[in-house]
Amino acid sequence: MWKFLLPITAFLGLAVLFAFGLNPNRDIHEIPSPLIGKPAPLFSLSDVRDPARIVSNAALKGQVYVLNVWGTWCGACREEQDALLAIARQGVVPIIGLDYMDQRDKAQQWLTQLGDPYTAVAFDADGRTAINWGVYGAPETFLVDGQGRVIYKFISAMTPDVWEREFLPRIASARRGGA
Amino acid sequence: MRCLRPAAASAVAARAAPAWRAARAAAAVGVLLTAAVLLAPSAATQAQAQAQAPARATPALDAYGQLRDPALQARFERITGQLRCLVCQNESIADSNVELAADLRRQVREMLLAGQSDQAIFKFMTDRYGEFVRFNPPLEAKTLLIWGAPFIMMVLGAAIVYRVVRQRSRLPLDDELPGSM
Repeated sequence: MWKFLLPITAFLGLAVLFAFGLNPNRDIHEIPSPLIGKPAPLFSLSDVRDPARIVSNAALKGQVYVLNVWGTWCGACREEQDALLAIARQGVVPIIGLDYMDQRDKAQQWLTQLGDPYTAVAFDADGRTAINWGVYGAPETFLVDGQGRVIYKFISAMTPDVWEREFLPRIASARRGGA
Repeated sequence: MRCLRPAAASAVAARAAPAWRAARAAAAVGVLLTAAVLLAPSAATQAQAQAQAPARATPALDAYGQLRDPALQARFERITGQLRCLVCQNESIADSNVELAADLRRQVREMLLAGQSDQAIFKFMTDRYGEFVRFNPPLEAKTLLIWGAPFIMMVLGAAIVYRVVRQRSRLPLDDELPGSM
């Protein structure tokens, strides 16, 4: 009995372990955010495009919005720019940019050249706001509901597909729940 | 695809960097070298000036960027050694050269100087990055399996050894086997 049971149990155990651990679709760098369901960290930063203007997410309370973390040093952010512009044209939710560890002139040039999908772009020069949001790379995109709670975080470049599959249903249910 | 922070561009980022980036880097090095030759005298004095005025000596930090208070520095080293760098996940933020690690070290240093406790600092990090940042997770219901696994393995191994030894000891000795000689 033992002779059969033991190897089979061991095999099944390893199979389950490997199915999870060796899954090619799993990004080992993707860490679930502890922020989900928690109040979004508040920030009040200057706008990349106009240093005199203050971007504060406290003012957005009551609105569902997207926070997109990017930087001009980030190639994948360039890739997602078209998707973000298309999303901005839909006008479903405001997209707030968080320009992470960047130079203002470079960021301004980027927005002029590639197009500007953002309702406002907060300039996080020293990365403190990004730390508060648990950012550890770019791009990262957060979804915040009307109560100011983070409800979803997407890591890596935004695509129209991801937007439709992951964001739109959550936005709809956040609006239903928040009404 | 994901991006690391700018100055983190070293070994880790090189993996994903397209060829043009390498080419551009090479070009940049070339330009820099040329500039260095042309501007040699001024560059040399600048480098000297930089060497003489260490980067971040402040009331709290010495010339090497260490906390002047040895007790705080010891706590700083212990804490940063126990926090995982999210970018190169098998390194602690004490060891990692990635810029995010530098930002997090700055954060730890500031919190220490503000008189915060180790627990407050760990909580700050786990609130933002999750339990995963801790190399040394606290023993609680969620982490019971992590802490218990070695003991479970040990008991399991001991049981197997016990069984095998007992079974073997019941076997007849080799020289008692029929036809063994």
